Amino acid sequence: MKTLYDKLWEAHVVRTEADGTSLLYIDRHLVHEVTSPQAFEGLRLAGRKPWRTGANLATHDHNVPTQDREKGITDPVARLQVETLDKNCQEFGITEFEMDDIRQGIVHVVSPEEGATLPGMTLVCGDSHTATHGALGALAFGIGTSEVEHVLATQCLIQKKSKSMLINVEGKLGQGVDAKDLVLAIIGEIGTAGGTGYAIEFAGEAIRNLSVEGRMTVCNMTIEAGARVGLVAVDDTTIEYVKGRPYAPEGEIWGRAVDAWQDLHSDEGAYFDQVITIDATQIQPQMTWGTSPEMVVPVTGTVPDPAQESDPVKADGMRRALEYMGLEAGTPCSEIRPDVVFIGSCTNSRIEDLRDAAAVAKGRKVADSIKQALVVPGSGLVKKQAEEEGLDKIFIEAGFEWRDPGCSMCLAMNADRLESGERCASTSNRNFEGRQGTGGRTHLVGPAMAAAAAVTGHFVDVRSL
Amino acid sequence: MDAFKTFTGIVAPLDRSNVDTDAIIPKQFLKSIKRTGFGPNLFDEWRYLDRGEPGMDCSDRPLNTDFVLNDARYQGAQVLLARDNFGCGSSREHAPWALEDYGFRVIIAPSFADIFFNNCFKNGLLPIVLSNEIMDNLFQQATGEQALELAIDLETQTIGLPNGESIGFEVGEFRKHCLLNGLDDIGLTLQHVDAIKSYEAARQQSAPWLFTQ
Repeated sequence: MKTLYDKLWEAHVVRTEADGTSLLYIDRHLVHEVTSPQAFEGLRLAGRKPWRTGANLATHDHNVPTQDREKGITDPVARLQVETLDKNCQEFGITEFEMDDIRQGIVHVVSPEEGATLPGMTLVCGDSHTATHGALGALAFGIGTSEVEHVLATQCLIQKKSKSMLINVEGKLGQGVDAKDLVLAIIGEIGTAGGTGYAIEFAGEAIRNLSVEGRMTVCNMTIEAGARVGLVAVDDTTIEYVKGRPYAPEGEIWGRAVDAWQDLHSDEGAYFDQVITIDATQIQPQMTWGTSPEMVVPVTGTVPDPAQESDPVKADGMRRALEYMGLEAGTPCSEIRPDVVFIGSCTNSRIEDLRDAAAVAKGRKVADSIKQALVVPGSGLVKKQAEEEGLDKIFIEAGFEWRDPGCSMCLAMNADRLESGERCASTSNRNFEGRQGTGGRTHLVGPAMAAAAAVTGHFVDVRSL
Repeated sequence: MDAFKTFTGIVAPLDRSNVDTDAIIPKQFLKSIKRTGFGPNLFDEWRYLDRGEPGMDCSDRPLNTDFVLNDARYQGAQVLLARDNFGCGSSREHAPWALEDYGFRVIIAPSFADIFFNNCFKNGLLPIVLSNEIMDNLFQQATGEQALELAIDLETQTIGLPNGESIGFEVGEFRKHCLLNGLDDIGLTLQHVDAIKSYEAARQQSAPWLFTQ
């Protein structure tokens, strides 16, 4: 009896050392401009070449502008980094979706969309949100630049197996409660280091009922609970999602692949080092109030009081967070007013996310107090589909800006950033100090909640609109 | 990578939990295509009062004198103490690069984030996990009038205190071997080229859809 993680791991072990350190074969490597230049440079200096060129897929995402693209990248430092990726991909023959390619976008949106993420794969990228791809039953995790070079050179990584955790989400999510609320509630429950050292498998009725996009939102934020790997077992929803995508197998090979994928689930009675049960019916729309994703409350609640926290280190962290966020303990969440709204990022920029946000924005106007409301699709293809569905018009009529794809204000490496003291309702994944701009204050929410905050001018339970 | 040698160094106490990699090295500095030069921007938003941008001369910038690395006692520190979940967040290897470039060689905390922990070993930086109880004691000693100096010996896996006491620590055998010898992981893996090729050949037969492009 094996867990899904056991099965994926065992299928990729090339060899194992006496202390359990294994050489793991990597099927897919995603590359972007920020964590790869030093790796390619290392390869060149050592006179090495990529082991298997076709296993790599590259795109620009972190640094690209989301408007006025015809002007190119005006920041010379960012431009050099993007051009360096172009040169490296040309030199080593790696497929790259450049800025003018409709397939360009955030790596974690692009790869599943292209069918470049397949069930049963090992997939890595120099980005911690690589856990996203576990939604398709792939063993996917983020790596550093030295490991990027290692994968390029050897198609393998030196790894130790993690412990396993099962998070069983029983029951159904309520109306107006989405995958983001679910994962934020899970992080609130187990803490930002609760998953450290574990590979987490998400299971249960609420997970089964999620679309692949929703499962990606959950797995994406696994790293915010400390775990490098998030997994969901393969089912008909997964197979239906993959079918017909450009990189997906076809014909006879497709049939063989689907047969093999039937086994990508944990066996009945398989052992997990830790099992956590969550009652989906009790989850309310969530928002973060502090500077760590675990600092989260239901939007119907209030900002918590450090005086009620018994752990002195934790209480100190809460006080520091309140000060940074400019908030008082006990303030109702509905009285907190954002200056900026950001809908996008590898967590929430897929077509379903945009539909959820548009459903709230439709026929409403962005509140006068909101300085800027951005919608940044995750890829050129998401953007195109949204435009075909008329979502762009809904957003623009409501007063949102409709941008080109990229990471944008999730980490503010391009021009999309908060000014010091500005408060943001953001569908991204990290509310760390300075993440969206030096001194910026981030509140993480789902896409419908972000749109609701935009049109009312304050955080609000989207179910009450 | 240079081999990790025994040393005695000054300890800087950073009394915070969940220190994330955005704090260790803010994103504007990730635009560099080099591996070096990140030290002056380590903890940039905590260390300086102005907003740091790539290319600035950091020696002219206004310092946040409340920040631990700006305290006269801790100048030249090679050991950093921190609280739980150090290095959480992004996978950016720029975080260990910045710590190493600043001069740190050892980080001691009750727990580390997985990716950061792993990245340290690739850069000659040793992360050490100690219990909260021992950490409390070290923090207390490190915040006295005189800076605390610790002797770090990876070979014997011990930390020597000034009073002659010593604290043991755990480290994976393979990682210890690589650090002590300054070994390049890629070189080690390429010793197993035949194993990789035979795995690949078998896999191409059993799962051809993974090799279509």
